[in-house]
Amino acid sequence: MTHIARIYVSLKEGVLDTQGKAVAHSLQRLGHDSLKDARIGRYIQLRIDAPDTDEARRRADAMCRELLVNDLIEEYTMELEPCE
Amino acid sequence: MRASVVVFPGSNCDRDVMDSLAEVLGITPQPVWHDDETLPEEPGLVVLPGGFSYGDYLRCGAMAARARIMKDVRRHAADGGLVLGICNGFQVLTESRLLPGAILGNRSRRFICSDCTVRVEADDTPFTSCYEKGQVLSMPIAHHEGLFFLPPDQLDELETSGQVVFRYCCPDGSLSDRCNPNGALRHIAGVRNAGGNVLGLMPHPERASESILGSQDGAPMWRSVAKWMNGGVSS
Repeated sequence: MTHIARIYVSLKEGVLDTQGKAVAHSLQRLGHDSLKDARIGRYIQLRIDAPDTDEARRRADAMCRELLVNDLIEEYTMELEPCE
Repeated sequence: MRASVVVFPGSNCDRDVMDSLAEVLGITPQPVWHDDETLPEEPGLVVLPGGFSYGDYLRCGAMAARARIMKDVRRHAADGGLVLGICNGFQVLTESRLLPGAILGNRSRRFICSDCTVRVEADDTPFTSCYEKGQVLSMPIAHHEGLFFLPPDQLDELETSGQVVFRYCCPDGSLSDRCNPNGALRHIAGVRNAGGNVLGLMPHPERASESILGSQDGAPMWRSVAKWMNGGVSS
């Protein structure tokens, strides 16, 4: 069965996010005074063949560990569901 | 002495490194393709050169760190062989976890191509024995992602263990944010591994090794390596 994994990678708290800072600054200059902070991350979408959802998640986690995420500076969350 | 220079798709300083080593040491370095299984027999110094391997996609150096040749580069390093990463090569070494830390985008968010000055923090490594501790070197930098990062507690460990080899400094050797081009934490421009046989730095010694290039401050790095290979660090 094919699954789709939607992976959101972001910099860990405490890791300098120069893009996020620049974007927050821009938004504040546009008058969005309520804005406290902006963080920029990365979105990765994978299609994975696996017998079930748990196995698909294990495979996606392995891909994150092995290449997609540098756990010294980044963390990630994942949404996963079967697809056609 | 022998030297091998790994060529990744997008490397663009590989020939500069080979030319510089040839000019300074009179040797003929061997290019090594990233998709090869093994390094040449007796690879000598293994250099991961600057450039934009794999287009800097995902994270700089991330995909090059997983290239086929890197398994043998790890073995070479584990056996005590010398590995040097320059600029993108430094990024590859941190992504490989052969060196501590991660390299983030410059604090200014700009690509910086300029000369910089760095201070030698350790002259007891195979790469720096022909320098003196505290010596100020002029070398070019050219990068968009050069900000050295480590969580604070690990940074303290790095300092305590003497693994910081180069720091960005002002021409008089003093440290100042003004003279830290990319905003690297604690002005760090180059670090070594615990064993001392793997070094990474953002500045380009190969672009500062002949008088015609405006600085020869990079040449002693090659001479240091040659000296180490011919009998260890004497200082």
